[in-house]
Amino acid sequence: MIRIENVRKDFTVRVKAGRLRREKRVIPAVDGVTLTIEAGEMVGYIGPNGAGKSTTLKMLTGVLAPSAGEVSVCGLRPVPQRTRLALRIGVVFGQRSQLWWDLPLRESFGLLRHIYRVPPAEHDARLRRCRALLGLDEFLDTPVRQLSLGQRMRGELTAALLHGPEILFLDEPTIGLDVVSKQAVRSFLGELGRTGDVTLVLTTHDLADIERLCRRLVVIGRGRVVHDGTIEALHARYGSRRRLVVDLETPLPTGLVLPGASLTSVEADGHRVTFALEESSAGAAVAALVAAAPVRDLSVVEPDIEDVVARLYAGASGAP
Amino acid sequence: MVAGKFRSVTSYRASFTFEVLGNLGSTVLDVLTVFVLFRAATVVGGFTLAEAVLMTGLAVAGFVLCDAVVGNIDDLKKYVRSGTLDTILLRPLGVLPQLVFLDLPIRKVLRVAFGLTVYGVALRANHLDWTPPRVLLAVLAPLGGAVFFGAIFVLSASVAFWWVDSGELGNGFTYGGRDFTAYPVSVYGGWFRDLFAYALGFAFVSYQPALALLGRGDPLGLPAWAGFAAPLVCLPATLVAALVWRSGVRHYRSTGS
Repeated sequence: MIRIENVRKDFTVRVKAGRLRREKRVIPAVDGVTLTIEAGEMVGYIGPNGAGKSTTLKMLTGVLAPSAGEVSVCGLRPVPQRTRLALRIGVVFGQRSQLWWDLPLRESFGLLRHIYRVPPAEHDARLRRCRALLGLDEFLDTPVRQLSLGQRMRGELTAALLHGPEILFLDEPTIGLDVVSKQAVRSFLGELGRTGDVTLVLTTHDLADIERLCRRLVVIGRGRVVHDGTIEALHARYGSRRRLVVDLETPLPTGLVLPGASLTSVEADGHRVTFALEESSAGAAVAALVAAAPVRDLSVVEPDIEDVVARLYAGASGAP
Repeated sequence: MVAGKFRSVTSYRASFTFEVLGNLGSTVLDVLTVFVLFRAATVVGGFTLAEAVLMTGLAVAGFVLCDAVVGNIDDLKKYVRSGTLDTILLRPLGVLPQLVFLDLPIRKVLRVAFGLTVYGVALRANHLDWTPPRVLLAVLAPLGGAVFFGAIFVLSASVAFWWVDSGELGNGFTYGGRDFTAYPVSVYGGWFRDLFAYALGFAFVSYQPALALLGRGDPLGLPAWAGFAAPLVCLPATLVAALVWRSGVRHYRSTGS
């Protein structure tokens, strides 16, 4: 569906160097990215600010021409075949509106139907589905400029889907949204992904988006891919494991060894202990622990993806 | 899209009315300037008032037609600067048509009517000898002029792709070109005339076709057929504009988000 090979995008910036002199400097925003995305995948594309996420997305959608490398989306080359590609993809930029500022959503959708030449029956069916899933009815006749951000984003999502795209690109779709709107957007995207007709590529800073939606995660830093795989693979690679936190009635017996778990910390005079789990099941370790000591409370803590990613970012933006 | 624009424009009624009138005003002033000039002298650059007004009429008619269609392309620099061109690039239509229709200049309707009226009056005032080629030229000349101005508009707007803050540079050629063509080329002198009239082709917008319509020889020495061929100048201009525009769109850098 999407294939990019060794893609670069350089930006030239002029930097002040002295009173009148200005120096040209070439900054590689995307520096040799290779990536293949199959139909029906849901891919989360993350990275720190300025890592090249949006630039990659813009090259995939035909907005920017790559400086070098091959890009192919739906079998088309995005820049030369931009208008043909536009009919087959949908794009939501969280920070840019696709809608007409002064028109109500209903009319914006009508215009989009003409622009994308969608047959009325298909248009109505898709719109009906989006209206039901996103709850558009209450603000369908309000001019876009008067919509709240959350309402507008729901409108943007609908606008991007009305022509039945094969791929939906989302650039920070939940940016600036409140918890309720974020949930609405996520569950809608989840619903969309489950049907499998649409390939989703989304960039975000909110890792909860990814955890909820994407099986595959691509992390980019300084224009290069630093991780490509599942979230579990990311955890495995960076040694983050699930933790077993236990509150005990009596201090932990010394020298206790649990199967598939290792002791990482002891707090409160041995009344609270934490184990790192090596296996996916906590059962054996819990059984052994309960047999060995009186347990008051017990919880299994999922690894914190934010931590992992923060470490990854620090590594990516550190030494070149 | 056209309908959409009409609806969004009419949602701000008062400002729309003022815009319509304001737009008309500037064109009327341009034409009046020519009359003022001829109050001071009866013959300017070897042409009488009526003859000069024919040139002005051609220039204004060509310009208003062009401005009504592609005038908004001036806004390109705003879109490039703010990065909103992204949105335009994501739709399955050409960038140029979208820019043109994005802001349909309903407010320019009166101006077009005025420009064409001046041209019509000027044609009548000159007691022309109407041969079939002249009739054809009278129709084609303002259209050729419009296309030529259109090419200039596109070219000067394309500058924004390279210099984001291109400011008023382009206007020197678009509005400057209109003012240049409103007077007989023979009033200008030296390298300035050579550059604008012939190197850039502005002489072929109004001056040369007007000579052909009037049946006058060119005091500057071009053969008579040049006037009839003048509308063709819009073709190379369009070609150049199209090439520059295309490479400009590829040069677009968007903004961070």
